[in-house]
Amino acid sequence: MASTRFINDRGLTARMTLVMFLLGALFVAFVVVLMGAAANTGYGGLIPVIGLVAIGFAWFQWYNSDKLALKAMRARVVTPEEAPELHGVIDRLCALADMPKPRVAIAYTDMPNAFATGRSADHSAVCVTTGILDRLTAEEMEGVLAHELSHVAHRDVLVMTLAASAGIAAGMLTRGAQYGMYFGGGNRRSNNNNNNGIPFWLIALVVSLVVYAVSFFLTRLLSRYRELCADRSGAFLTQKPAALASALTKISGEVAAIPTKDLREVQSMNAFFITPAISGMGMRTLTSTHPSLEQRLEQLAKVSAELGKPMDGGFGLGPGR
Amino acid sequence: MGLWDALTGRSKPVQANIDSLFSLPAAAITLQTTSDFTPTGVGSVCFRAAEGAAFAQANRDLVELLDNDDDPDVEQSTDSFGFTWLLARQSPDDLPALVTDLHTVNTSLEAQGFGPSLLCSLVGFTDQGGRRLGLVYLYKQGTFYPFAPAGPAGGSGRQRDNLLELQVRDLLQGDLPVEPKLDRWMPLWGAPGL
Repeated sequence: MASTRFINDRGLTARMTLVMFLLGALFVAFVVVLMGAAANTGYGGLIPVIGLVAIGFAWFQWYNSDKLALKAMRARVVTPEEAPELHGVIDRLCALADMPKPRVAIAYTDMPNAFATGRSADHSAVCVTTGILDRLTAEEMEGVLAHELSHVAHRDVLVMTLAASAGIAAGMLTRGAQYGMYFGGGNRRSNNNNNNGIPFWLIALVVSLVVYAVSFFLTRLLSRYRELCADRSGAFLTQKPAALASALTKISGEVAAIPTKDLREVQSMNAFFITPAISGMGMRTLTSTHPSLEQRLEQLAKVSAELGKPMDGGFGLGPGR
Repeated sequence: MGLWDALTGRSKPVQANIDSLFSLPAAAITLQTTSDFTPTGVGSVCFRAAEGAAFAQANRDLVELLDNDDDPDVEQSTDSFGFTWLLARQSPDDLPALVTDLHTVNTSLEAQGFGPSLLCSLVGFTDQGGRRLGLVYLYKQGTFYPFAPAGPAGGSGRQRDNLLELQVRDLLQGDLPVEPKLDRWMPLWGAPGL
């Protein structure tokens, strides 16, 4: 049996599994509470429909994620003839990781960033901006691409879309309840004047706002964990954590230096970027889609230590000794 | 990788499959009898050098082990993609010795936990007309593919002789596991040993 230097980060896995479980429980609880509240107002049949529509909407987003994301970034898929070096690096990484090669796209923007998208490993695309190509060395670029390929291998688009479905359902219902307030509110008064209970639309509004808020923080937390996982796997793939660390340091500094106004249009894309484009203040640590640079560098240092230490009985057993 | 590993974000580094390399000498005989190509006696292993002391030590031990005999010393170089190549030379008639050299690299790296670093190995062939052919072994897939750069050695042209590559694939299909996906046949321009 071949020995391996890869050590599972059990703590990270446990925290992430817990968050995913909480998000699933949140979705179920949301539907159950609303159905209970709606049962005696005659809206009971509506709730599963909203749940299904939300899942359908999430499915559509996931299924078309590669096309949507590339279009939103105005990225262009490039052939090996157009970008031989980029394709060469990705060819080698995919051969090392034994995974299918994604499509390669370039976005013509000066913002240094890279992202991966697509519903499965066979329908995925890795996109880099011209800004990141200009700023990083070949070795750093390889670290970034390994990080993005890890997102593909971990099926992060699927995971994050599923995780967001509770939030999507809650968001849709919040909208629906606002309409119900105007339209159902007057109606109810004339029909159910005897019923002293709180009107259903109010319960729906409050519950969905709470679910939306909780789901918002949980998905952001999950997103940060997924980034750490991708950093880790990417570093183990290239065996050069230091290259990824130096790339992160470079682009984090530069992203923050670019005026925010230019970055507004890419806000929706943030979840799959290698570093987030917005520099938020205040609630930053709770609402950020990406872990802080310090956290990421600390983890990469740990990977570096795992790669650098001798195996059991390792050193000193070489030939001629 | 299982779905659970994917969902928990734990893609483990893939271990190298090093056993199929030994089917190379038989394939070389097939190549010699059915076409004009003979081994050049030069082969190389391509791997990713990890950062840190452990890999440096493993690499030193490995080179020392390979140089500790009468045949020519191995040559080490780094390509533009940051991968390290170890080049071994043996007599063109003694392909098993060359394969043993390549296999020494595999097992030494694997013993130190660097099996996932192995990318590919390459064994050079040539024919009377000077055409070059490399049989490339992909460690992670456990398959071979032919790589035939067109034009003279050391030339700057980057063209592949696809016709020759497909011919060789058809000749060797019975002897070697040939990589079925053509998009995995990545070019190795300027690889040592070609």
